Amino acid sequence: MLTFDARVDARGFDLALDVAEGETVAILGPNGAGKSTLLSLISGLLRADEGSAALGSTVLFDQPGASRAGSRAESRGRPGTAAWLAPHLRGVALLSQEALLFPHLSVLDNVAFGPRSAGVSTTAARATAREWLAEVEASDLADRRPSQLSGGQAQRVAIARALAANPRLLLLDEPLAALDIAVAPALRRMLRRVLVGRTAIVVTHEVLDAVTFADRVVVMSRGQILEQGTTHDVLERPRHPFTAQLAGLNLLTGMRTAAGMRTDAGVEIAAGPSDLAEGIAVAAAVRPGAVAVLRDGSPEPGAGVIEVVVTDLEPRGDVVRVRAGELSADVPPARIAQLDLVPGDSVRFALRPDDVELYAR
Amino acid sequence: MTRATRRYSAVPRWVIVLAALGACFTLLPLVAMATRVNWGDFGALITSESSVDALLLSLRTSVSATVLCVVFGVPMALVLARTSFPGQRVLRALVLLPLVLPPVIGGIALLATFGRRGLLGHTFEVLGIQIAFSTTAVVIAQTFVALPFLVVSLEGALRVAGTRYEAVASTLGARPTTVLRRITLPLVLPALLSGAVLSFARALGEFGATLTFAGSLQGVTRTLPLEIYLQRETDPDAAVALSLVLVVVAVLVVGLTLRTGSVDAGLARRPRLAVVTPARETHSAADGS
Repeated sequence: MLTFDARVDARGFDLALDVAEGETVAILGPNGAGKSTLLSLISGLLRADEGSAALGSTVLFDQPGASRAGSRAESRGRPGTAAWLAPHLRGVALLSQEALLFPHLSVLDNVAFGPRSAGVSTTAARATAREWLAEVEASDLADRRPSQLSGGQAQRVAIARALAANPRLLLLDEPLAALDIAVAPALRRMLRRVLVGRTAIVVTHEVLDAVTFADRVVVMSRGQILEQGTTHDVLERPRHPFTAQLAGLNLLTGMRTAAGMRTDAGVEIAAGPSDLAEGIAVAAAVRPGAVAVLRDGSPEPGAGVIEVVVTDLEPRGDVVRVRAGELSADVPPARIAQLDLVPGDSVRFALRPDDVELYAR
Repeated sequence: MTRATRRYSAVPRWVIVLAALGACFTLLPLVAMATRVNWGDFGALITSESSVDALLLSLRTSVSATVLCVVFGVPMALVLARTSFPGQRVLRALVLLPLVLPPVIGGIALLATFGRRGLLGHTFEVLGIQIAFSTTAVVIAQTFVALPFLVVSLEGALRVAGTRYEAVASTLGARPTTVLRRITLPLVLPALLSGAVLSFARALGEFGATLTFAGSLQGVTRTLPLEIYLQRETDPDAAVALSLVLVVVAVLVVGLTLRTGSVDAGLARRPRLAVVTPARETHSAADGS
């Protein structure tokens, strides 16, 4: 459905992405990864230096770069070869983390804005708007002004407004990031419901959003794709430290050995059974809860041991997360007291072979 | 609400003294002028034929000039605030030049453009139109000096409003003209109104450029400020009385601007107001006020 491949030099952005009809893709990445640039390029608010994108048979833009168009002298003659469709003709609706409801219009007229712009009569557009307000359970807000809405209500209305425009592609830019923790779950459920069967791209740094909405996950950083795959695959078997961090997992990378793996730092870790061949690059994702912290005592027989220095202790509900560089272990508070653990201590992280499941990298 | 509560303010006393002196400096001349008014003949003085002619001409030309300012000023402000092109900064400075230029120079410049021997004067003459020293010239002179007021106030408001609502409207399928009509202009309406009021006031007070470019012909180009200047020589009482009329008009204009200004502030305040008095907000919104 969507094919996209574009470059923006000033932002170090260079990325190719396809989204199938009816598919919801989550884009995960740290701040400054280029997620918003991607959405701006697709919606037409930003122009690419080079590249092209199409939505179905509609060309969104096609910008031959200097390198593709040949020498400069040649391309100077006809700059008109570039195609670019104005945002209002693209059928791409953008929902950002702020609702951005038009302050001078009522809620109903906000939602009716898309149909009205498409040339529908005021009466018909308002009827459509009422349907969409009902769909997001916000019918009772129809006559209010945006200034009279809470953050969660405003975002509901913004979702209705985006959907009422009947977009072929829906872009969501951290749709729940600005909301109270109290209202986010209800809205997440609602988004999940309306996104079924829709072609959509959800930009988020919240892994729960990806799990809830997306069929597929694309992890990006600094304008590039780090890894992608089905949501389950990417989050269960991360291949990149950033993804592992998002998924809350310890990532070990190294080489397959007979007994398990040798990490990049040269530590031998025993692993569970695997039919991967020796010598290939492998990774293992280990839950922090499966990591034991030892000071002197010897680990269980067969367990892999990594010498680390504690960098941070962080309370997390009923456990304390012991951070040591990129690795972490969740242990009960009593265990921390027993070990008399403070940041700066040298300890050992022990991994039972059964918890180390290898996969190819 | 907060105005009633007494808060500590860190303004030094000597600043307050200087501010009071400044305020006196501004207000005292007006008071002094009011004391010189010959109230007995006030009615007769301001309803003499030449006075009424001048007042009506002033109102007519100022309204026309204000309309022209809106017609050309809104697009100018939009282009300056929303697009970028080489030389934009220079162009902005030049467009705002009449704001700081002595009006008499504006008049000379307009003569050089539209005068009989002017740059475009010949073209107009061929078409049978003579602009200089006509009522049209008065409107042109007033528009020339008043236009920057509207452009400045609107461009600032457009920048503050930002482009995010416009971007959302575009992605919802609105054509640029629809975005302008339904989003951009309603959002800056208070600034547009206050800009228009300021332009009107500037046009009403125009003297130098009008005298230079349009002359002083009763009923044709002699606007109220010109009439006042002329009467000062022959009938000081009439001059003072007419001045008071202009002061009243100016006060009304300033009052109007403050009103629209408070509309502006009200928009920013609304979220909090809504929490306090949602019912009243809905009510006033329904009234369309």
